[in-house]
Amino acid sequence: MKLSKAQYDEIAQFLGQVQPTRQSLRKLKEKFPSQSQSTLLSIFSQEYQKQVKRTHAKYHTAEAVETYYQRYLNGVMKNAAAPVLLELANEVDFAPSLMARIVLERFLQEQGQAIPSKTLINSMLRDPSQIPDGVLANQVYQVLITVVFFFCGNAVICLNSFINNSSCSLRIAEDQLRAKGYDKTPDFILEVPVAVEGHIIHWIESKASFGDESSHQAYLQDQFWSYWNRFGPGLVIYWYGFIEELDCHRERGILLKDCFPTDIVTLRHSRA
Amino acid sequence: MVSTSSPSFGYSPVLNHSEKRSLQKASLGSFLTPMPEAPPVRRGRRKGNSSVSASGRQVARDLGRSLAEDEDGKSENMSWSVGRRKRSEVPLVSARSSPSQLNLNNLEEFPPMGAASGWTNKSKPSRRINPTPVSAERPLSKPKMCFTSTPVSQSPAARFPSGTSLEAFTAIQEGNLTSVVGSSLQEEREMLKKERCKLLHQASSPAGLSLDPGTPTKPSCARSASLPAESHLVTCANPAKVSCKKQLECLAQLYSSCIAENLVPNIFLELFFVLQLLTSKGTSAEDGESNLEVDERSEDASRKQHFRNVHNCVYFAVQVLDYQYEIISHLEKGTLKLLAENERIASFSPALHERLRQAYESSTAKVSLLLPCSVQSVSFQPETDNRSNFPSDRAFHIFKKQRDIFYELLREWEDNHEKTGWDFERVLGNKIRAMMAHLSATCNHSHFARLFQKQLIQMCKGPIGGGTSWGDTPDQDVLNMLGSDNLSRLKRLQERFVVPQSIRGPCPPPSFTGCQQFFRDFILSAGSYQFNQHLVDSLCLKILELDGLTLIEHEHSDGEADMDEQDEKKHFTVVLLSLRLLAKFLGFLVFLPYRTMEQPTRDLLESAVVLRNRTQPVLDVLKLLRQSIRDRRAILTIPWIVEFLSLVDHIAPFLDYYRKVFCLLLQVYRLMVLSEDKEMSFLNKLLILAILGWLFQVPSVPEELFFTTDVRKERLMMDTVTSTRALDSVPLVDQQLLYTCCPYLGELRKLLASFVAGSGAKNGGFVRKITPTAAESLAPKPSVTQRKLQAELEQAFFHNQPPSLRRTVEFVAERVGSNCVKHIKATLVAELVQRAEVMLQDKVKEEDAHHDKLLEEVCTHLYEEGAQALIRGREFCRKKGPEAVRVLLPEETSAAVLNSAEDIAVELATEKACGWLSANIAALIKREVKATFNRMLKMPGLPLPSEDALELRRDCPPGCQHHAPFPSQIINEIKDVLCIAVGPRDEGEVIDYVWLECLLGRLSQTLRCRKFMCPTSEQQLAKCTVELASLLVSDHVPLRLGLKPPEKSSERLQVKNNPTYGLLKLLLCVWKEDFGTPVPVQLMFSRKNVAYAAEVKQREWDLFLFMLHGLVEHDLMGISEIESCLHSLEELPWPSDFLKDLEMLSRVFISEYHLEEPRTNPCELARQSLGTVTAQS
Repeated sequence: MKLSKAQYDEIAQFLGQVQPTRQSLRKLKEKFPSQSQSTLLSIFSQEYQKQVKRTHAKYHTAEAVETYYQRYLNGVMKNAAAPVLLELANEVDFAPSLMARIVLERFLQEQGQAIPSKTLINSMLRDPSQIPDGVLANQVYQVLITVVFFFCGNAVICLNSFINNSSCSLRIAEDQLRAKGYDKTPDFILEVPVAVEGHIIHWIESKASFGDESSHQAYLQDQFWSYWNRFGPGLVIYWYGFIEELDCHRERGILLKDCFPTDIVTLRHSRA
Repeated sequence: MVSTSSPSFGYSPVLNHSEKRSLQKASLGSFLTPMPEAPPVRRGRRKGNSSVSASGRQVARDLGRSLAEDEDGKSENMSWSVGRRKRSEVPLVSARSSPSQLNLNNLEEFPPMGAASGWTNKSKPSRRINPTPVSAERPLSKPKMCFTSTPVSQSPAARFPSGTSLEAFTAIQEGNLTSVVGSSLQEEREMLKKERCKLLHQASSPAGLSLDPGTPTKPSCARSASLPAESHLVTCANPAKVSCKKQLECLAQLYSSCIAENLVPNIFLELFFVLQLLTSKGTSAEDGESNLEVDERSEDASRKQHFRNVHNCVYFAVQVLDYQYEIISHLEKGTLKLLAENERIASFSPALHERLRQAYESSTAKVSLLLPCSVQSVSFQPETDNRSNFPSDRAFHIFKKQRDIFYELLREWEDNHEKTGWDFERVLGNKIRAMMAHLSATCNHSHFARLFQKQLIQMCKGPIGGGTSWGDTPDQDVLNMLGSDNLSRLKRLQERFVVPQSIRGPCPPPSFTGCQQFFRDFILSAGSYQFNQHLVDSLCLKILELDGLTLIEHEHSDGEADMDEQDEKKHFTVVLLSLRLLAKFLGFLVFLPYRTMEQPTRDLLESAVVLRNRTQPVLDVLKLLRQSIRDRRAILTIPWIVEFLSLVDHIAPFLDYYRKVFCLLLQVYRLMVLSEDKEMSFLNKLLILAILGWLFQVPSVPEELFFTTDVRKERLMMDTVTSTRALDSVPLVDQQLLYTCCPYLGELRKLLASFVAGSGAKNGGFVRKITPTAAESLAPKPSVTQRKLQAELEQAFFHNQPPSLRRTVEFVAERVGSNCVKHIKATLVAELVQRAEVMLQDKVKEEDAHHDKLLEEVCTHLYEEGAQALIRGREFCRKKGPEAVRVLLPEETSAAVLNSAEDIAVELATEKACGWLSANIAALIKREVKATFNRMLKMPGLPLPSEDALELRRDCPPGCQHHAPFPSQIINEIKDVLCIAVGPRDEGEVIDYVWLECLLGRLSQTLRCRKFMCPTSEQQLAKCTVELASLLVSDHVPLRLGLKPPEKSSERLQVKNNPTYGLLKLLLCVWKEDFGTPVPVQLMFSRKNVAYAAEVKQREWDLFLFMLHGLVEHDLMGISEIESCLHSLEELPWPSDFLKDLEMLSRVFISEYHLEEPRTNPCELARQSLGTVTAQS
């Protein structure tokens, strides 16, 4: 689904004011009924991530951490079943998942006296049942499950099947390309290039996210132009839509789509 | 050498512009009248000549200096103005001309036809042509002087009718600026400087807009003093009014012979001049003898008559054209058309007119522009670009970044360089230097140089990079093809061609146009010695490679000749253009350190020559040139050598080495008499003459070079072997290529067109015809391996066969050999790696340490197997080689030849493949095993084989339509449920039972259809559903029953009509039947999930027990496994009542399975027993 810049801005503005919870998502759906749910969800999670990045630092001072931890302890002491972490995060206007991380880190520190490793914390956040404290485990789980957590599916697999169904001559998927020593590799390289909407395509990159400005710029810089630099023009599919104004590099060789293209022209069987 | 700017020619087209400009001031005449005071400086005659030319050349020289400036003149920067000031030292002007007067002799004030200020609205120095004025001396024939304009002529008697200010020209040879006139001119110079500034200012002011590009060459005779009003009228040239026919005929003949014998430095310059004469526009007033005083001073009164009226000029021109018909008839069709339609030719020589008309009609020499390629990247080639080509990971990764930065710069340049105020150095300079610093840090220069060079060829080898400056009307086909979308682009493109680059005169100084600018500016901004050196190396190598290509077939059999020739021509064109491009940049780099803004003084020159004579040339062009002449491949070699030399600094031509090169080139030029012969085709010669002529006009090439008498004749060795077709003798050059290499030839046509049009405003500029031509890549170069006897036999075999056979065999050998290696990698090595993987997997578990040792052990074990590679490789080559050869060679090839060819191909391929394999197989195996091993270490957990096992299950049920919901969607929906279950939730927020049931149904569908499923989504689903089960078991899911009670309530298990049983059953089925990946049901016993149960006041142990049995029944967990899970749960610190419950639960569960009684109704039992438990709590 393509959104105009204005539409997107409206959504983003709305999202700037809410916590990333299921309730907010419901409100969002009500406010923008014409947008597809997956698009909204994708935008939601991306905006959330941006927000997190913006505010990350100020919540990480030693004093702040200590305060949060104490507030958490007080909270669970009063009522372990209450959504303490969530409420704490809401009160101080901080991303709940990061609040969970901070508290968990602090908790582990207290337990083991040593600074816990990142891997350990990550793995506990992935699977809260590993957390050695039942109450905290529940709290963390609650946070993780409540916070809009956008599951991306696996876009490459989807794409793979699309490509197999279409007449593209597939070359090799990313890992095989890497094995050959390519330094930067898109999801797919077409061995025989095809034309989509009149543009030659040498590669396809699949993004299971919404193409907003900041993420698209980052992708252009880190990936798309690099692919272009090595393989020529290509196609990017944002499965959850994108801001249509961003599709401005078609002439030069980066084509944006929100679905797998239907009018593919191959070398031999030109349908045009 | 055209006298356009010279005052000596009354009809010099230059005056046209001056007149135009003068209109802004007063009349032309008002400027002219004071001139006659100029003294007849007889003594300086000879030198005076050259001074004119010197000045003209000086202009060009300045242009050369400003090579680094923007060609479009967008940035008329400091260096330019410096150049201008310097130039003013050259005494261009009449000594006596008063400051307020314009001086027609001043090339700057009155630039010749085609010079920038006349054509465009700005007076841009870079567009100025390099006019070589007609000299003052014309012993017998003025035209003769015209071309030489150098001390060739001996006769000082030659006079100009309009010689007013000519005499004032001081005798200055270049490099010897000590003016004869001396310092007395200093004042005038200063004044003229000012005057010129004023004029330049005017010219670029809005008023200058009226100058139209189509201004006809109108020779408003200097003496027809004031004719401002009528000056626009074209005089009708009348054959009847020609005077001195005999003399003119004589002159024409002499002049033509000089052209024909290549005694002029540039034949096209002379042709340009002739066409100027042809198209000169006189006014009726000229017919009257409006003698000025000057004439009275002229010694030879009769001579002044010859070119004094337009009739004579045209007559002379038509005569010369008649002599030069052969050259003219080889020009492109558009020019021929204009000539054929020229009314003056028709009236002066009907015969020539007829010939031209016929030539036009039969001509097929339509020239079209190639479409410029937009920026395309150089593709990544693993063979040269992957990690194994770099010394370290760091170097590899840094180069990865460099590549991206390079293209980023390129894109930025492409987007912005035409915008006003955009400055390459300011915007990109620091980025480039930062990049260079990184390159230096990792010694990646050679990689970058290769990328740079490839990109250069890709972007610039088309003629656009060379700035083609003219064309036809746009083709409808082109428009159709481009589509309306691109029309505006096309238009912009056209403008680019029409406006800035179009007018550079018939002898523009070398410049970098189009995309070439990027590369030049990049080199300049980078300022990196290392990079330049690597680039030079790379360019040299590529040049040598291309220069040595075999481009033509030995002989053609009749049928395929045409096709082959066409291919050869195309190939030749591509190679030639690439060579020229590379050589130009090589020249740029080689002479860059020595480039000076100014002509060095004689002292400096001498010391510099002494200094530099010692150094070796980077590329031995002299040797290559000699070779090419000997091998009769000059048509390929000379064009690029000319490009290389066109960028010489001021001193290089004086070095012993380059002097030899220039002398040899001059000799070639002199010997290359234009005619069709066996040695070389006409157009081939024409191309060489045109580019050499151009080279001799290049500012930094000393002028005296052409006229040095002591050109030591080198004996030109020519290979006379007749068996091979020499490149020179093949008609490889066509008009397209000629005009692509020499876009300035288009000036001839422009001149004619502007005459026809009368005024440029009307003709609307020159519209370009654009025909797209697909770019083609160079054919892979066959590699010739040197061997001994076998090799000699082989050579002998090929000798009497068509070269295509050899090419085919070599090609096949090369490809098959390479494929063989690939094949071995993909099969044998892959097998070995797989085996290594298994071995490693076992051993890694045993002993965790000593990975390196382990790796070594395994590899050593495999090396022996690796020896098989050679056997398999040989097999492969033996099988594939003959197949390929048979397909590629003609059907009719005799069996013996075929067999030999096959054998050789197999032999070569095997040699190549096995050579490589035997040297590299061990390293290859080790590398691959190591990579796999590292991957293994990084991915703990799922061992690879089990994943393979999963693959087996990855099939949709038969007839699957793949309409199942996407996994991601299901995951999100389940997460929604979990989310509500865990809370916090809104008042009255519940989950509809039917909907949840339906969701699980869809989950099943999704899992069955493997189309869109991937391991991560499946694992995620498995985890989610276990969580869901835990929440269901502990009754955390707020279910709302629909109106319809669940049908499963009839089952006896569901005593309380609890719909959750149905959902749990569904989940169990899905876990058992539909998941391809193991479901982490153990998570049900995690502390967190069990704690859900602890939270509930009225604990529903029935559900939990039901789940436990379900897990056992569905083979999802073993009894003992569950037991141990339960036991470990009991270890945890639970509230005491909950702990009791747990113990009870575990006892009930265990008792059920350890009692040998038939488990007809275990759940019922459990319910009963637990009932008591619940009651107690």
